[in-house]
Amino acid sequence: MTRRAVARALVYLSLIAATLIVLLPLGVVLLTSLKTENETANGGGALTLPHDLLNFHNYVTAFQDGGMLRAFGNTAFILVVSVGGTVLIGSMTAYAIDRFTFRFRKLVIALFLVAALVPGVTTQVATFQIVHSLGMFDTRWAPIALYMGTDIVSIYIFLQFVRSIPISLDEAARLDGANAFTIYRKIIFPLLKPAIATVVIVKGIAVYNDFYIPFLYMPSQDLGVISTSLFRFKGPYAAHWETISAGAVLVILPTLIVFLALQKYIYNGFMRGATR
Amino acid sequence: MTHTPLHARPRTHPHTPARGTPARSTHKAWRLLTPWLFLLAPLALLITFTYAPIANMVAYSFTDWDGVSPELHYTGAGNYTEIFTREDLFQVFWVSGYYLAASVIQIVAALYFATILSFNIRFRNFFKGVLFFPSLVNGVAIGFVFLYFFQDRGTFDTVLGLFGYHTDHAWLGTPTSANVSLAGVSIWRYLGMNFVLFLGAIQSIPGELYEAAELDGAGRWHQFRYIILPGIKPVLTLTVILSVSGSLSAFEIPYIMTGGATGTETFVIQTVKLAFQFNKTGLASAAAVVLLLIILLVTWVQRRLVPDDRVDLV
Repeated sequence: MTRRAVARALVYLSLIAATLIVLLPLGVVLLTSLKTENETANGGGALTLPHDLLNFHNYVTAFQDGGMLRAFGNTAFILVVSVGGTVLIGSMTAYAIDRFTFRFRKLVIALFLVAALVPGVTTQVATFQIVHSLGMFDTRWAPIALYMGTDIVSIYIFLQFVRSIPISLDEAARLDGANAFTIYRKIIFPLLKPAIATVVIVKGIAVYNDFYIPFLYMPSQDLGVISTSLFRFKGPYAAHWETISAGAVLVILPTLIVFLALQKYIYNGFMRGATR
Repeated sequence: MTHTPLHARPRTHPHTPARGTPARSTHKAWRLLTPWLFLLAPLALLITFTYAPIANMVAYSFTDWDGVSPELHYTGAGNYTEIFTREDLFQVFWVSGYYLAASVIQIVAALYFATILSFNIRFRNFFKGVLFFPSLVNGVAIGFVFLYFFQDRGTFDTVLGLFGYHTDHAWLGTPTSANVSLAGVSIWRYLGMNFVLFLGAIQSIPGELYEAAELDGAGRWHQFRYIILPGIKPVLTLTVILSVSGSLSAFEIPYIMTGGATGTETFVIQTVKLAFQFNKTGLASAAAVVLLLIILLVTWVQRRLVPDDRVDLV
């Protein structure tokens, strides 16, 4: 009996320790973002409270001087277009693969499958040359094309859902004179809603957080997305931790809000996305 | 997480042409064309941004191309010998070791937390959320958070001071401690992702199994050993592959935090620098080919060791 109690106490202790490890660095950055320049410069200990808990001065600086408004705009544009494109492309691919028998079907499947094994980071040197030769370098279309073109996970998620839609629905529609495009648009696509939600969440978070692709393909200052714009804080604000912290909090906050609002779907989405 | 075996369903295809009817040829051609119309955009993107780069990359890797000039010379296997013989280039492989070690810790810890949080625990959803949240956070923001955390007399030193351990150690100042710190950050960042995967797998194990085990007098450890562990084997092996390829291709955290200074340069940082700063596209391509081959090899070995029939699309 006592052994059980001790074990239980240890379990809770480990959970509390993990919680502290996760929350402490984030909490300290939140505190720092509310401090004045003097307070951080004096090195008065990272864990002290700021004098004024409602000092949002650093947020204004980060938002305006760091170009965060433009960054959020660029990110939103890229996010909407590439997530929309991924949904269309993924669902069309899944529909074609599952509902048709055609020559080279196996080959097409193999092409998508093998591509899933190739990690994007390894091919970037050569991809860069192709993006460059297509004239997409340093435009918003480079990341959009790359995000849309290589997402095998979403194709897989759609495929699983298309399979679960009874073929009799297609057949009934066909008897009513519908062609393949009408069936896709009017029957398959609307029934894919849960899959679309999953793909939108997983892909949306991946695009919002991506650093590598915008960093390589959009060096222009005014094409900065939130990752690259925040990264640029490193130069001008090097010693101003209060401003950098405010920038970091600005970037993390939307994620936190989305997470709290959509928790259940996010868990499901990530489990579906990652196990393929 | 519950996969139905994808190939189990007997499939009848509605589009096999009906026999006996006089086939109108335009109609038939249209029918043959339809799937390709759906696949046009996806295949074009797939080939342009995945297969063409791979083919080009292999071709570049045998040249001394700088990525800009029209001139390039065939150098045979020269780039490959350079990678394996030049010590400063090979060094990055040792750095991966830190991330590999970190992913072992990460998997064990994720497994532990997933197991205990699948049993009845107070504030379960709160702990789940806290553990998972870091994997949703922007990498650049995480980099900055931990740069501040590891500063001299920063958060980490202050916390250690609370426990009576005073140090004026520059955490990112020497190669070993910098790499250990960075690998620690990647545990912090990715633990939640593994945790959620494991949790999902554990929850898909039917509850009766635990009840039966409990009746047989099995303790928590035996339940873990004989029910949970076998039940999540597919996810566990997938996580191992993802961790190995993740360790080899670590980029964001070290690049943002140290830029690859003080011996923290990873494979991808080096490749990016070779290609885009030093214009050594040929050499960088060879490095990328090596990385790709290692990752494919790991995946292949894993598939041989643990055949998993559920990962195929058909």
